[in-house]
Amino acid sequence: MQRRHFLRQALHTTAAAAALGIPGVHLHAATAVASTGAPKFLFVFLRGGMDAASLLVPTSSSFYYEVRPEIAIAKPSADLASALPLSADWGLHPALRESLYPLYQQGELAFVPFSGTDDLSRSHFETQDSIELGQLHNGSIQYGSGFLNRLAAQLQGPKPAAPMAFTDQLPIAMQGGLRVPNTSLRNLSKPSVDTRQSSIIAAMYKGTGLEGTVQSGFAVRDQVMREMSAEMDAASRGAITAKGFELEARRIARLMREQYALGFVDVGGWDTHVAQGGATGYLASRLDELGQGLAAFSQEMGSAWRNTVVVVMSEFGRTFRQNGNRGTDHGHGSVMWVLGGAVRGKQVVGEQVQMTAATLFQNRDYAVLNEYRSVLGGIFQRQWGLSDSQLKTIFPGFKGARDWGLV
Amino acid sequence: MLPSAHSLAPLWLCAALAGMQACAPLPPAAFNSAAAPATPQNYQWLNRVTWGANSHTARQLEQQGQATWLLQQLQPRDAVLPEPAREAVRSMTISQTSLTDLVLKMEQQRKDSDALKDDTEKKSAQQAYQQELNRLARESATRHLLRALYSPAQVQEQMTWFWLNHFNVHLYKHNLRALLGDYENSALRPHALGRFRDLLGAVTYHPAMLRYLDNDQNAAGRINENFARELMELHTLGVDGGYTQKDVQELARVLTGVGVNMNTGNPNLRKELNRLYVRRGVFEFNPQRHDMAPKTLLGNPVTGEGLAEVDAALDTLARHPSTARFVSRKLATYWLSDNPPQALIDRMAATWKATDGQIAKVLETLFTAPEFVNAPPTKFKDPVRYVVSSVRLAYDDKVILNVGPMLNWINRMGEPLYGRQTPDGYPMVASGWDSAGQLTTRFEIAKAIGSGSAGLFKTDGPQPTEKPAFPQLANALYYQAIQGSLSPATRAALDQANSPQEWNTFLLAAPESMRR
Repeated sequence: MQRRHFLRQALHTTAAAAALGIPGVHLHAATAVASTGAPKFLFVFLRGGMDAASLLVPTSSSFYYEVRPEIAIAKPSADLASALPLSADWGLHPALRESLYPLYQQGELAFVPFSGTDDLSRSHFETQDSIELGQLHNGSIQYGSGFLNRLAAQLQGPKPAAPMAFTDQLPIAMQGGLRVPNTSLRNLSKPSVDTRQSSIIAAMYKGTGLEGTVQSGFAVRDQVMREMSAEMDAASRGAITAKGFELEARRIARLMREQYALGFVDVGGWDTHVAQGGATGYLASRLDELGQGLAAFSQEMGSAWRNTVVVVMSEFGRTFRQNGNRGTDHGHGSVMWVLGGAVRGKQVVGEQVQMTAATLFQNRDYAVLNEYRSVLGGIFQRQWGLSDSQLKTIFPGFKGARDWGLV
Repeated sequence: MLPSAHSLAPLWLCAALAGMQACAPLPPAAFNSAAAPATPQNYQWLNRVTWGANSHTARQLEQQGQATWLLQQLQPRDAVLPEPAREAVRSMTISQTSLTDLVLKMEQQRKDSDALKDDTEKKSAQQAYQQELNRLARESATRHLLRALYSPAQVQEQMTWFWLNHFNVHLYKHNLRALLGDYENSALRPHALGRFRDLLGAVTYHPAMLRYLDNDQNAAGRINENFARELMELHTLGVDGGYTQKDVQELARVLTGVGVNMNTGNPNLRKELNRLYVRRGVFEFNPQRHDMAPKTLLGNPVTGEGLAEVDAALDTLARHPSTARFVSRKLATYWLSDNPPQALIDRMAATWKATDGQIAKVLETLFTAPEFVNAPPTKFKDPVRYVVSSVRLAYDDKVILNVGPMLNWINRMGEPLYGRQTPDGYPMVASGWDSAGQLTTRFEIAKAIGSGSAGLFKTDGPQPTEKPAFPQLANALYYQAIQGSLSPATRAALDQANSPQEWNTFLLAAPESMRR
């Protein structure tokens, strides 16, 4: 009863604000109307520089096997530790055999190798920031304005696409003119402020500028708890629940399928300077966990998966050669993963070159042949039919979308 | 409530301080003219100039009067922490080890662990190195919070936070976690109320900043513009401060060779360059990496040679009128309002010009301005301030034993100390902090503090002991000063509390507790 009251209140406030066109008053996620068939987009940011050459294995490159004697993934064969065949040139890391390989074969997963930014600092923070800001790297940077926030702003209208960051802090990608709620679903605990206390606290804010915010905050909290109650029930009966990123991904899916159209989540742990492993080992475990999470997300989305696109990327790839510690160092070009029911998968798309010593960028890394903004621009165009000028608002100064027919 | 004489307090305060500004130091007697009892007005003023009003500071204000109290804040001496906060700080590694010793020791540990051949050994040695860095960063954060909570120099402590944010560095770059303590304590705190030029110099030459903004990579022929750009855009002139891309490049050339040397030895230099080499601890100016060709900055030739060029450039930047305006606006935004009145900023900038950037004088102009003294409490508290002010109010001068829960709350609300990745620092305005999710988190924190079960009095270590300590929010200060400033809706909520814990929770969750 209480919750419904909050939701109605929040809806009123927002609708009124929208009707009046009051700037600075923005939709809070809890008020978004669930509409079947509306496009959904989740951005999964792998922080730390994931080794693209272990995920998407350049199996036709003899140079790859030459310069990675201890960590290369073997060419596809009957051996379970070998790469899974994708195309004549590419294979997939075997840790993804059970989770994502079926999606690829079903045509719901594609890859864009040689992708990334023109930021050459090879600094995690700087490159992560420049990706999230989505602005021209050498231009005048506006801190605190991320590309997903600008995308959400373009999607405001009669049926706004509600954005949500599933993180503790609002990531740079979601910062900006539009108010975006954020809640990490990694470690959920039951709120200590109970329903009665919540309503008393909310009453203190009546008539203040934060009235709507406080109400929708409690509404989002209650909604998260309601979505999670099934999970908690199962746990209390001793059922084995998902762990780590899989658990988080399932939670995100439960919220996104009903309420949110634009999501952001980040996954760390990709900075593999030492002993990264090959078909098994540290990196393989990280890929396994990520793959299981993404597969769980696709299941949990249910029928909404049909309209969903998930893009996974990292700030940069790593050195093409293994280093003296059987790991890899900070590189440049990386790979974008594009998956979803709406995706035209089973392909490795974008500008590509054969990997040889001569095609290495700065004798070190994968080159960036597919600027990430042009790839995302192509996807956004397909998903929402955005115009060129809208895309240029989202990605100021970029050369234009490259439509690789991914959606 | 006490008689209305207090509403006049701002007037005599302005007069007294205006006099001080004009005619240098006056005898202290001139400032002891009136007591300043705890009233809603005095409470609000006190709440704005401290990390958060509490009974202890309210008593000080009452005894000394506003003018004397403020004078002591702007010229702090012997800011001694109460025991056991003092003892906690004294026993820290960062208090006992010099920056140079600490950095060289950590660098050796890093090299030793990298040199290990066995993967398992190497991994655990590298983990130990990271853990030690984390521990050092936590010491800095702990010291920062203990001072915010208990230092008598409340304005200086807030300015230390302000400059940490203005000259932001990020803890997880390189080995910055080992440098933070010194950066805060040697470069920022001593100059927090001093001359801006001195502060700027201390920051510019500190290895934490040089590493954070990559100037240790900046060398003739291999220019890295990162620091030069932020130095003008974020630290001094402001983005519209009247410089060009060419100025950025020229300043970057001025800054070539200014860097860090984490080794014990000095580099081999060509003989004729030896006289220009400078080494101070791990700070290094390497003339062999410096661009010796003539340069022009903001229309003027850069005079000097080697490091003298940098000092000349910093003089130019610190004295530029754009810097006075840019930093004055930021100060007014931090202390007073998201949209501070332009006239007040202009007066602050005028003080800046008249005093060659004496920060205490600029703050005096702000704190004594009618726009400040008479302003309603509309400034939304950022997470750090919300947490610190709430703990100050709840426990007054009873020193907490564990800042861990506070660090955790600040992290949950997205404003960890030294945790801002971008050089622009955390936002100063409400929109950065008042989202729905963050407010819900605040209410959870209000309950944690209000119910007294947060673990603030639980010691760290293998055998933690917890002292029972119940927050005392319903005290004399509340009845004298706070109650009168609460809205009817907040009072109604407090009346519905079923227990003292719940009453505390509602008070800390009230709209009035979110603003100052």
